[in-house]
Amino acid sequence: MSSETDLQFRDPDAAHELADRLAALMDDIGESVSLMHVCGSHEQAIAKFGLRSMLPDGLSIRMGPGCPVCVTNMPEVDDAVALAEQGAIVATYGDMYRVPGTEGSLADASAAGADVEIVYSASEAVELAADNPGREVVFFATGFETTAAPTAAILAGGPPKNFSILSAHKYVPPAMEVVAELPDTDIDGFLAAGHAATITGYGLFEEFVDQYETPVVVGGFEPLDVLLGVERLLENIRDGEAGLENAYPRCVSREGNTAALETMWDVFETTSGEWRGIAEIPDANLVLREEYAEYDARTRFDVDPAVGDSDPLTEQCLCGDIMAGTADPDDCDLFGEECTPGNPVGACMVSSEGPCKIWQEYGGKPDL
Amino acid sequence: MENRISNMNDSDDSNDEVVTLAHGAGAGSMRALIDDLAVSRFADEDEPAADEVGLAALDDGSVHPLESGDGSVVHTTDSHVVSPPVFPGGDVGRLAVAGTVNDLAVMGATDPLGLTCSLIVQEGYPMSKLESVFESMQTACEEAGVRITTGDTKVMRSDEVDGPVINTAGVGVVPPGGAVTDAGLSPGDAVIVSGTVGDHGIALLSEREGFGFGGDLESDVAPVNDLVRAAMDAGSVTAMKDPTRGGLATTLNEIAEKSGVGLELDEQSIPIDDAIASAGEVLGIDPLSVANEGKAVLGVDADDADAVLEAIRAHPTGSDAAIVGHATADHTGRVVLDTGFGRRYLSEPEGEVLPRIC
Amino acid sequence: MCLGIPGEILEINGDEARAEFWNVEKTVRLDIVGDTVEEGDYVLNHAGFAIRKIPESEVEETLEIYESFLEGDEDEALEELGAEDAVLEFGDRPTAVDGERQPVTADPGDRRSREGSDDEQ
Repeated sequence: MSSETDLQFRDPDAAHELADRLAALMDDIGESVSLMHVCGSHEQAIAKFGLRSMLPDGLSIRMGPGCPVCVTNMPEVDDAVALAEQGAIVATYGDMYRVPGTEGSLADASAAGADVEIVYSASEAVELAADNPGREVVFFATGFETTAAPTAAILAGGPPKNFSILSAHKYVPPAMEVVAELPDTDIDGFLAAGHAATITGYGLFEEFVDQYETPVVVGGFEPLDVLLGVERLLENIRDGEAGLENAYPRCVSREGNTAALETMWDVFETTSGEWRGIAEIPDANLVLREEYAEYDARTRFDVDPAVGDSDPLTEQCLCGDIMAGTADPDDCDLFGEECTPGNPVGACMVSSEGPCKIWQEYGGKPDL
Repeated sequence: MENRISNMNDSDDSNDEVVTLAHGAGAGSMRALIDDLAVSRFADEDEPAADEVGLAALDDGSVHPLESGDGSVVHTTDSHVVSPPVFPGGDVGRLAVAGTVNDLAVMGATDPLGLTCSLIVQEGYPMSKLESVFESMQTACEEAGVRITTGDTKVMRSDEVDGPVINTAGVGVVPPGGAVTDAGLSPGDAVIVSGTVGDHGIALLSEREGFGFGGDLESDVAPVNDLVRAAMDAGSVTAMKDPTRGGLATTLNEIAEKSGVGLELDEQSIPIDDAIASAGEVLGIDPLSVANEGKAVLGVDADDADAVLEAIRAHPTGSDAAIVGHATADHTGRVVLDTGFGRRYLSEPEGEVLPRIC
Repeated sequence: MCLGIPGEILEINGDEARAEFWNVEKTVRLDIVGDTVEEGDYVLNHAGFAIRKIPESEVEETLEIYESFLEGDEDEALEELGAEDAVLEFGDRPTAVDGERQPVTADPGDRRSREGSDDEQ
């Protein structure tokens, strides 16, 4: 039953009709429109279904800081690698496995003999600790809110003593503000991430739309969801309104998943941090509260990362600008040449949520 | 110091490079490894003779024209290290036979003269399991109409190998001009797949991830020589390949690249089993990017496409066959997929870390 | 990561449940789903944790909205929802121009009870 109804959100005919409606709206608006989304899964949906080639002329949608792997800083990767080399079992989500630090990735460490395990879920990492009582197990906790809540849940549940986390979780709303304030950007509307909003609710965007006078629509991830989200934004833009709308009602409510949020804020608090290439963002990194400090790998261990000289190619890497939404992957000189998924220079080319990886794989450009 | 992994062409620091799982995954890293180790040393630098296919072609097998002019010998080999050795739909024995028979078949040699079987197994491996593997090999051989005619057996210590590891090699004959390579597509040719895709890779990955009894996920491992013979008899087959490691996506990209054409595919036409599609969604793995062990991809002259499709569909294992696209002179070397929504590239997966699924 | 797939709960064991996602079974954790979940309910899975119970009626309603759009009649969509005509859906729509805010829209829970659905949030 579920699969049938869900597949209806993938009906190509319905999508083409929605696309016609977008064209009509663009005619009404009469000038070009620049939209931004902040979620790797949105970029994947857009690229995988070739949605950009369905958009009318003058309408563009670009990815902002929506890839948690991409914004995980090199020093954070170095710490994880160091812990693996120091003898801990490091559990990581698949995406982080190949992200280069300054001296190599977790994949490199694994090939050289360190114990790195890929897990699909935070609870798997805890199971690893339970199954290996004689070893330290460190969970490299990356991801945005949607993934931070599960991490919080397992910590609140009292994991084994040999378990700890290296928190690299990030919080998106402050990053959206940074982007909205960048002088070079001229975003007419934001498509907010449906899954993060499942946890946080959409209410937290009320201040944002007031302050920046830009509409925000929370969108889902099936092709019809994305097109509907875009449609809602265009209507707001046409009417000169800075509305806040929920176009993903089957998963998102105004107050969100309060139980998950409570757990998350019980365990984590925000602090300023550097996002890879985008400089310091206030209150956008999640760190463990005092009460949970015993599970913090940074306090439990003396983390001694080998920090390499940065690769000269890293200087040319445009990940930061791409994450800030001021450049597209193909603006980068290294894209598809020195930087490919098999040979990545920046994290944007490694993660399945990274715009460079997605464009390299699916094409990215509208005129295929 | 380099940050990047698998930098094959880097001549410094070669002492620090190690073999990685990516090298075995069937895509770019593996090709680079083969290039570096083997092609550079063994490939014949002279232009191949008519009908000859050598190492440099990196096709599914090699083709050696006989001096008598009566035809060519087709030769191939594969080692099988699948984990787990027994999986839904088959086992390493069935895979060992089907894999080699199919490599020969997609080179045009659909009646193999014989197979070799080289077994490496660790001490302590239960005899009953080994029997079972050989039973499977027997069944597969009967289906393919081939025998194992020679072989080898090695037993190693239990800490030295995690077997059984089976290598099979096969030899067949094709008439003059009868070999079919993976480089023969021309613009306008139709592209046919002989059945559903993604079955083997997703079934094995699901098995390893512990997915339960709700799904009917099975490997498609089977010999396809008979089906390929029926196809070749029905019309002009211009190119063939079996879509194993790296899946349909890798295979189509390789064919396009080698043939010097582009491919236009219609996503809605690609046959995928519902249960496999679901499992793929849940795992986040695309059925187009994982291995198939009982399928063939055929390039067919446009005029013969319908007849060939009909012949394949009439075969007991070909009922899901479909025309999935055609070759074009545009965007050579790249495969463009019409998703039903918009268009996008279908690229080969880069070094998936899927341990030993075939 | 497998992101946001909706699946049906088959069996619950404390904090864990066996769920079926499109014919494939997987274990999910219920620690943070934020709702009471029973067998037969649908949940959204993210990285092995259920992050939301999805009432089936909401899926159907969203489809109805799509359909109305496709027929080109926004007002019809609004009628179908029984909503006020200035506000399409479930969100707040403050106007930017004069800073005047419209009243906060009824919480989705209210909307569902207008529809006569059993689901509570």
